[in-house]
Amino acid sequence: MKTNYTYSFITLTVVLIFCFILNISLGSINIPFSEVISSVFSSSQNETYQIIITEFRLPKAITAILVGSGLGIAGLLMQTLFRNALAGPFVLGISSGASLGVAIVILGSSLFGGLFATVLISKWSIIIAASLGSFLVLMAVLAVSTKVRDTMAILIIGLMFGSITAAVVSVLSYFSSAEQLQQYIFWGFGSLSNLSWEELFIFTGIYSLGIILSILSIKGLNAFLLGDNYAKSLGINLLQNRFIIIFATSLIAGTITAFAGPIAFIGLAIPHLTRQIFKTSNHKVLLPAVFLFGAIIMLICDSVAQVPNNDYTLPINAITALIGAPIVIWLLVKKGKMLF
Amino acid sequence: MTKTNSNLILQTHQLSVGYRTKKVETTIASNINLQLQSGQLIGLVGANGIGKSTLLRTLIKVQPSLSGKILLNNKDLNFTSNLELAKQLSIVLTEPLLSKNLSVFELIALGRHPYTNWVGNLSDKDLSVINNAIDLINISDLKDKKCYQLSDGQLQKVMIARALAQDTAIIILDEPTSHLDMYHKAYILKLLQKLTKETGKTILFSSHEIDLAIQLCDTMIVMQKGHVVYDQPCNLIKNGVFETLFPKDLIAFDNLTGSFKVSK
Repeated sequence: MKTNYTYSFITLTVVLIFCFILNISLGSINIPFSEVISSVFSSSQNETYQIIITEFRLPKAITAILVGSGLGIAGLLMQTLFRNALAGPFVLGISSGASLGVAIVILGSSLFGGLFATVLISKWSIIIAASLGSFLVLMAVLAVSTKVRDTMAILIIGLMFGSITAAVVSVLSYFSSAEQLQQYIFWGFGSLSNLSWEELFIFTGIYSLGIILSILSIKGLNAFLLGDNYAKSLGINLLQNRFIIIFATSLIAGTITAFAGPIAFIGLAIPHLTRQIFKTSNHKVLLPAVFLFGAIIMLICDSVAQVPNNDYTLPINAITALIGAPIVIWLLVKKGKMLF
Repeated sequence: MTKTNSNLILQTHQLSVGYRTKKVETTIASNINLQLQSGQLIGLVGANGIGKSTLLRTLIKVQPSLSGKILLNNKDLNFTSNLELAKQLSIVLTEPLLSKNLSVFELIALGRHPYTNWVGNLSDKDLSVINNAIDLINISDLKDKKCYQLSDGQLQKVMIARALAQDTAIIILDEPTSHLDMYHKAYILKLLQKLTKETGKTILFSSHEIDLAIQLCDTMIVMQKGHVVYDQPCNLIKNGVFETLFPKDLIAFDNLTGSFKVSK
């Protein structure tokens, strides 16, 4: 069982390293490859290059890895838990919760008065609002999940929370000025750049906690493949496992949304892509594979979004779907069968 | 009929099964007193809707009993933890697998869950138990196939192998022969009989194949409206239990052949 996948994992790791180097080599300013390498590993002679690499491109590439792998894993957890091929990291209303938090800060400022507005609209306030929003929705869903036995009901409840928050956002938008709306929409595009090392440090910490919880859930996830009753008959504590899986997803997807915006698609597509290529549903294989695929795809998307030698940066949210959707369609058409 | 009390594996005392919501309690069957002996093949039969599945679901602790007691290895089921239960009782259900994107080997290996470490690594002992189960069921040719490539009959065998790999004293199967053709119905039940003989496990299954069950089972549980009878098949026939199992307008039980005949 192990040896079959060793080569695939080695290949993927090599591809990941390649994409990482490619990603930090490309940017609005053309930096020679030798300078890129020396900036990362020692220090470049050219101070400008050094700053661009270590303060901008490196954090951005690391963010891409965290976002891609995290959303992929969160999507995998949700698809297995809800046995639904259409589930993603945001089915629990996490991203709508974050959106609501951000909408209240950006759009609601006109309603709450001027002073409030100037104090609140900074980068940190948006991060905090997004975290708070997703955290509150998460707590509501978790509270429900301990009461409701049916997993499908939790899924529906998550979607309902999403609808409520979307409605509130609509109402807020109606009363907002054009600039505020623009600012909100820009947040919705998602962004991997502009994270400082300090922010990245906090991001990585919460992300890692979520990943560790996911790894601890591997056994339970595999048992869930048989269905609740079989899982229980194998000695799995259903409520506890479900709680940990939902909590892990929320940590991962919540912090990603807080720091990088609501990045769609990756979480839905990567698990499918991985299942098609690795041809298994065994989470011991899937979890690391999804991590690698998610990171690679996100690095590629980011490299494309950042038009080389140019100031333009396309919205990452658009690029992920533009690149990812055709891949998933192609795979499904080619194999003619969805593996789940 | 002589009963040796020493090797009773599963007992029920005045068990009532059914469904309980906040206001209403719906009793499906009550006064169930069973004493299942280890190493036997036990068939559970009864008309549709009489509560066979409800009884089995209660015995495997998927739903709570309304009243009465269930003793597994002389220990109250309510005081048995899920993990403890997983090492004593394994199941094969009628519900379809959620994911068939697992190889047969991986699926059977899931049966080792109660014994494996936190990430589910298989030890040498786990591997030998799995391979032993595969040999017993005779499905080594299916080992590397995916579950979605299997026929219903093959999948049922694989599910039984998974239950075997769980290495429990008792295996409970809910209608293991539904969806199967006549040959495979007989094949699966014969296989269950072979397993009780060769491994000493107790196997309890529900089925509508009363004729086959009469021929193969050591004892049978017959569920009827209002009462549950538990005895050896020959005694059940002698006491005319099967004759009252169904309304007499369509089919009648023939004591000589031990099977049902359509009324002309």
